[in-house]
Amino acid sequence: MAVTIRIPTQLRPLAGGNATVQVEAGTVGSALADLEAAHPGFSERIFDDNGELRRFVNVFVADEDIRFLEGLDTPVADKSTLSIIPAVAGG
Amino acid sequence: MPYVNGLRCRECHREYPAAALHVCEWCFGPLEVVYDYEAVAASISREKIAAGPLSIWRYADLLPASAEGAVSLGAGFTPLVRADRLGAELGLGELWIKNDTLNPTGSFKDRVVSVALTKAQELGFKVAACASTGNLANSVAAHAAHAGMESVVFIPSNLEAGKVVTTAVFGGRLIAVDGNYDDVNRLCAELAGEHPSWAFVNVNVRTYYAEGSKTLAFEIAEQLGWQAPDHVVVPVASGSQLTKVAKGFKELWQVGLLDEEPHVKVSGAQATGCSPVASAFAAGRNVVKPVKPDTIAKSLAIGNPADGSYAIDAVRSSGGGFGSVTDEEIVDAIRLLARTEGIFAETAGGVTIASLIQLANAGVVGSGERVVALVTGNGLKTIDAVAPYCGPTATIAPTLDAFAAAVDIPTEA
Repeated sequence: MAVTIRIPTQLRPLAGGNATVQVEAGTVGSALADLEAAHPGFSERIFDDNGELRRFVNVFVADEDIRFLEGLDTPVADKSTLSIIPAVAGG
Repeated sequence: MPYVNGLRCRECHREYPAAALHVCEWCFGPLEVVYDYEAVAASISREKIAAGPLSIWRYADLLPASAEGAVSLGAGFTPLVRADRLGAELGLGELWIKNDTLNPTGSFKDRVVSVALTKAQELGFKVAACASTGNLANSVAAHAAHAGMESVVFIPSNLEAGKVVTTAVFGGRLIAVDGNYDDVNRLCAELAGEHPSWAFVNVNVRTYYAEGSKTLAFEIAEQLGWQAPDHVVVPVASGSQLTKVAKGFKELWQVGLLDEEPHVKVSGAQATGCSPVASAFAAGRNVVKPVKPDTIAKSLAIGNPADGSYAIDAVRSSGGGFGSVTDEEIVDAIRLLARTEGIFAETAGGVTIASLIQLANAGVVGSGERVVALVTGNGLKTIDAVAPYCGPTATIAPTLDAFAAAVDIPTEA
C-alpha cells in the first residue's frame, strides 16, 4: 500500500526537511519501519527503549488515533495518510 | 525582564532557549519554564505584591513574561469567598470558593491567555490562535482584540451557542471544526507546524500559557493571609491547571513568601462522561488512556489530556483524590452552589462542586480541613445546562389576587 506519512516539524530535519514521506506498507508498524529504513533516526525519536511509541507521540491514521484502533498493528489502506503528531497540546 | 533562564524538558531534561517551543525536539516531552528562583526571591516580597496591580501581574516575578506592556484586560485577583452555607451542607468546617467566574471573559482562561499573548508579543507574533472548548476561545478573541492582534480560533462545531457568540463578537476569525475537541486540537497541533508565525496559545506558546494558572495558587495564599490551604479541588481537562496550581504553592515557599512549608492536598474533578484522568488514578495507573467524551461539561471534554499523567502525579503525591461525577450530579451541584452561595458556575464549576461532595463523602476531603474549591467559569456561558430546571416560580396576571393565589408566602409577623 502506498502510504503518505506526515512528519512533524521537530522531525523534518531527519527527512531532508520534507513535510511528508511516501512509504509502502500494510500496517502502521511496518510503515514506521519503512520510514526508519529510508531515513535512519526516526525510530529512536518516536519509540522508547521498549519499542513502544513514546508517551508524548501520537499517531493518526485517516484522522483516528491508533490507540482507538489496533495500535501499531492498525492496517493502512492504499493512498492513506499517517500523521505523527506531538501529543503535548491543548487544554 | 522576568527571571527566566530558559526551558527544560520535563521528561529528558534537555534544555532550550526561551523561544516559542512547547515540546522537546528529542523525546516530544513537554517543556517547562526554568526560573532563577534565587533572583526571584531577592526581588519578590509581600509588600511589593500588595503594591502591584489588582491582576495576575502583581505576581510578575513568578511569570515568564514582563508586566510592562502586558496584554491585560485585568484577569485575576478574583474573590476568594468564604462558603459557610455550602460548607454546612457538605459537613465541611472551612470551605472557600475561588470565584474565577469574575474574570474579564468569565473564566480562568483569561489568566493563561494574558500570559500567553504577552509572551507572544515579546516574541514578535502578530497572530493569536488556539484550539478551544469555548472558554479559551472567548479569552483569546477578546485579548487579541484588546492587543490589536489578529486571532484565529478553532472550536468544535457542536459548542454551546453562548460560547460561539461570545467569541465571534470580538471580530477575529472563528473556525468551527466538525469533530470533538481532540480533533480540533490535533488539527491545531498540525497547523502550528505549518504556520510558525502564529502564536497558538495552547500549542507552540503553551509552555508560557500554562504558567498563568499558577496565579490561582498565588492569589489563594495571599487572600488567606499568606497561608496555604489544606486542600484544593481543581477541575481537570488537560490537567494543566491542576499541575500548575500545585506548582504555584511550592513556588511561594521556594521564594520565601510563606512562613510554613505548604502541604496542600490537591484533588481533581472530572465528569464521568470524560474521566480519563480520574479513571487512570482509580486504577492505580499513571498512563492515561484516551476516551471519546460524552458530557455536558464541554469545557472539560478533553479525551486525550496532555498533562493527565502529571495531574495524577500531583494528586497522588499530595494525598488528594479524584472525583468523577455524572451530568445529573453536575447540574445539581451548579444549582446547590447558586442556592447556597450566590455564585453561578458553568458546567465545569458543577463538576468541581459535585466532586467536592463526592470526595467529602468519601473522607478524602476532611471536615476539619481548610478547603478551597476552584470555580473557574461563569454560568452565563452554559445556561442550557440548567435551563430545564430553572424558570419563574409562577406566571400570573398583574393583580394582587393572582399573586396571592399563585404564591404561598408566609404572612409577616
